[in-house]
Amino acid sequence: MRAQERSREAASLVELPPEETTVDAMALTHLPSARGFLKPHRIVLMAIAGGLVFCAIWFLRWDWLPQYAGALAWGVGVSLLMLASTSILGFAFAVPIGLVQVTGPWPLKALAQGFCTIIRGTPLLLQLWLLYYGLGSLFPQFPAIRQSFLWPYLREAWPYGVAALTFSFAAYEGEVMRGAFAGVPRGELEAARAFGMSRWKLFWRIWLPRAVHRALPTLNGETVLQLKSTPLVATITVIDVYAVVSKIRQVTYLTYEPLLLLALIYLLLTALLVVAFRYFENKIPTRSV
Amino acid sequence: MPAMTERAEAIAVRDLRKRFGALEVLKGISLTAHEGDVIAIIGGSGSGKSTFLRCINMLETPSSGSVAIRGEAIALKGDGHGGLAPSNRRQVQRLRARLGMVFQSFNLWQHMTILQNVIEAPVHVLGVPRAEAMERGEALLRRVGLFEKRDVYPSFLSGGQQQRAAIARALAVQPHAMLFDEPTSALDPELVGEVLGVIGDLAKEKRTMILVTHEMKFARNVASHIVFLAQGVIEEQGPPEQIFGDPRSERLKKFISSVH
Repeated sequence: MRAQERSREAASLVELPPEETTVDAMALTHLPSARGFLKPHRIVLMAIAGGLVFCAIWFLRWDWLPQYAGALAWGVGVSLLMLASTSILGFAFAVPIGLVQVTGPWPLKALAQGFCTIIRGTPLLLQLWLLYYGLGSLFPQFPAIRQSFLWPYLREAWPYGVAALTFSFAAYEGEVMRGAFAGVPRGELEAARAFGMSRWKLFWRIWLPRAVHRALPTLNGETVLQLKSTPLVATITVIDVYAVVSKIRQVTYLTYEPLLLLALIYLLLTALLVVAFRYFENKIPTRSV
Repeated sequence: MPAMTERAEAIAVRDLRKRFGALEVLKGISLTAHEGDVIAIIGGSGSGKSTFLRCINMLETPSSGSVAIRGEAIALKGDGHGGLAPSNRRQVQRLRARLGMVFQSFNLWQHMTILQNVIEAPVHVLGVPRAEAMERGEALLRRVGLFEKRDVYPSFLSGGQQQRAAIARALAVQPHAMLFDEPTSALDPELVGEVLGVIGDLAKEKRTMILVTHEMKFARNVASHIVFLAQGVIEEQGPPEQIFGDPRSERLKKFISSVH
């Protein structure tokens, strides 16, 4: 019964009037409805796209694919692992960063604001290189670090990639969460206090879930952006799917085929993210006023 | 005030003052609600009615004075800015948890269904087993006529339905006393009746309640005691017949004629 209601609500969310679907189709985070595909202009465009895909499959060279399938799968795994670990870690940082900017004492507030300003104000590639080529070459000069249990990891490239991507996500999402925390109606927090909740309980039961729910559509888009920031780690020798494809291009002298495949892979991963977020968004339906 | 009875004091407020900066909103208010009293607080806007109500459960901290719930005084200490602050947060949380409050703007938690709203405080504050809280919550929702809506999110309900759900939420903590802060002021006129109906039923059950309201006719019908607040003091108080039938102070006379 409940599941039925939910799916009906989900359906009604997706089926917008025709003029809106056209606009919405441009937004990356919106999924078109099944009915929306059967418009004449869409059928023409889909036919052209189908033709292009057919040509790409028929006229281009794909014989190298089986040979590299394993490496590609592994690369996709690394990319996804990078995305998942840095999004989760980054979000764990983003929550306190957002919160202290709304309620924290001024030193913490200033610290959080400074962090967000610096990270958001400089290119991610620059941060990544500063960490890897800067810190990474500084560390070996200290015997204490070389002998520490962390050294086997600090010698690798991926910790610097994870750190840079985590900081980036934390800074951007910290700002998102600041807005989300501030946007939760005062009255709901007051009701929580009036019913005897401690600060801790108020935060975990009311403030945080309410803020996350408000921020979900934005977090969806930001996670998609994060996915497409992951290829930067290829520049510091982490072998993700982008690095695998670069390698394939070098070895096979093929230009377009590996790149087209790479585009397809990222497109599929993005679709996966959008669908997953949409599922969580629909779990708590809200009526837009 | 029913002083002759031996009913226990549910809420006792002594000489409560509240300043916002230079503005003194409450200028020494004392009020006792005994078990079963239905006290309606009336008065013009800016008279301090809501502030007074919010001081009872310390949503607003008084500048001076004292509040006792069922004989237990809320421990207060100086906050360093010339006002007071609770010195024992746990005590305030414990006492608040059994004062069911209903707000002007409902303040239902929007990320929870109606039933989840109702069982939230019993389960997560009072530690009632979930199954028991659900059962009681469903009974309460049936009572306010919202059983069918128990799995719906608040934003899909009308204002009147949301306020009835908020009343069920307040009842779910088995409150020693209920505080209503202008419960119908944010409602469309045609929805006021359904909410007043529920509150009227509760009053008939002799539940202890303090009610800030603009609904004079309603106050007259359900309250056992009326308090008229003007400019931060209790200008006049007494049983409804006296307040509405035979007002003494000029201010009250003017107020009653202005709202009728």
